[in-house]
Amino acid sequence: MEIYILLGFVLILSIYLGLELISKVPSTLHTPLMSGANAISGIALVGALVLGSDTQLQQALAFLAVMFASINVFGGYLVTNRMLKMFKKK
Amino acid sequence: MSFFENISSIQNIIYIFSSILFISGIKMLGKEDTAVRGNFLSALAMFIAVSVTFINVINPILVLVGIGIGAIIGSLIALKVKMTSIPEMVALFNGFGGLATFFIAWSEFNSIPSNNFQYILVMITTYIGGVTFSGSVIAYGKLSETLKVEKSSIITKFFTTFFYISIIYLLYSILITKVFSPGFDFYTILLILTLLGGVGFVIPIGGGDMPVVISLLNSFSGIAAAFAGLLLLNNVLIVAGSLVGASGLILTIIMAKAMNRSIGNILFVGYASSTSASKSEETGEVKPINVSDAYLILENASSVLVIPGYGMAVAQAQHVVRELGELLEANGTEVRYGIHPVAGRMPGHMNVLLAEANVPYDVLVEPEDVNPSMDTVDVAVVIGANDVVNPSATEEPGSPIYGMPIIEVHNARTVFVLKRSMSSGFAGVQNPLFFKENTRMLFGDAKESIGGLVTEFKE
Repeated sequence: MEIYILLGFVLILSIYLGLELISKVPSTLHTPLMSGANAISGIALVGALVLGSDTQLQQALAFLAVMFASINVFGGYLVTNRMLKMFKKK
Repeated sequence: MSFFENISSIQNIIYIFSSILFISGIKMLGKEDTAVRGNFLSALAMFIAVSVTFINVINPILVLVGIGIGAIIGSLIALKVKMTSIPEMVALFNGFGGLATFFIAWSEFNSIPSNNFQYILVMITTYIGGVTFSGSVIAYGKLSETLKVEKSSIITKFFTTFFYISIIYLLYSILITKVFSPGFDFYTILLILTLLGGVGFVIPIGGGDMPVVISLLNSFSGIAAAFAGLLLLNNVLIVAGSLVGASGLILTIIMAKAMNRSIGNILFVGYASSTSASKSEETGEVKPINVSDAYLILENASSVLVIPGYGMAVAQAQHVVRELGELLEANGTEVRYGIHPVAGRMPGHMNVLLAEANVPYDVLVEPEDVNPSMDTVDVAVVIGANDVVNPSATEEPGSPIYGMPIIEVHNARTVFVLKRSMSSGFAGVQNPLFFKENTRMLFGDAKESIGGLVTEFKE
């Protein structure tokens, strides 16, 4: 149980940190921020890598999780980068 | 310390380093000058976290195949997609992230959770991941306009019912099943109900409210990853997931504020049922104008404000708009673009389209910056925007959109409204702007009308 309290602590602090960091984002960056954050949510890939594989079902689930998280990671970062490159100052 | 414990400590130390990069990355993503580097830093953080986890993966070849397929599909979509399809693309990627956490939770359920807390986490992660996935798929369908379902249709009601059933069933799964093991496969039912619930969550929400939904789903995908981190006792998942959850939440709040509505109202009520109050029966003459007369007025203007909306995206008019802007500037006119936060179908939609057309971002202004000096604007050109310039929001307390911050173009000297026909906006509210003394309607396809103006200028 101790470990969950500790990790819960990390969770709360991280959310608070996130809210503080991004509270004043200019509207120009709304889409890139969303799409960049979306790429970060592909961190589920790390979770997918440590899954157990005792049964066939678990192996299949782990494989699918890895694949879909990878689409999220690669697609998300590339599309964000492509978008950001378009923004130019006068 | 055994060899494996060593590996695990080293991994955790590197996870801390990766978390720091994620935090710096997302901070830099919030400022124009550093955004590209911020995105790169967060990609680097991802690479480090994945690489260090890969060391003790059980089946490395299978994993590499999975990553390879994902990389190819993801890259192809990201590089091929047209900028006008960005909203649905973001929704789709978001859904895939949610689906990955859904599978993670499912797999963990089969590992037989060791304690009650873990058991609860499995249920919650399953639910958030699944709802993010199926909700995002519906959002994708709505944004790409391949899915058209009326809010009042029986299909909508059917799925909305399932949304509520799924929540009740989730509570049942969390509270009861561990104590009284049910005699049926309750978890499979949870999986199915979760996916149906996600459909029901998004299906009743209309097009103009999409910016809110898409931000909220973005937030969910982060929260799902953070819960998966709790489940797997993994720090970097928790930190990265929480950051995404927070950024999505901020965007959701910004969007809801820009509509002057609560998030609950947007998700569960919608415009249709809030129109009980008086509908203004504004009648009067609309004053149409043709391209050559519009040209004469624009030629003599010293300050022009362009207000784009979803109509500009539909007509793909951003390139001709930029061309017109350049010609006006060459003519000595000051040109700015008034961007309302909820114009379009996702947060920052208009900014992306204009950036694609090479409009520099420093001529884009927000409502609160431009409204005080609106009376110095000679011509306000409204291109396919409606509700975000509707003066009812400031003048008519009974209106469903009363109180919503708008771009107050009716205070400009002259207003051109480019519009296909006289239909009302997404909110279903008539727009008194069209009947104002200083308003001229330029009917027709936005791209053609602007193109006509460009030709006039060139001659």
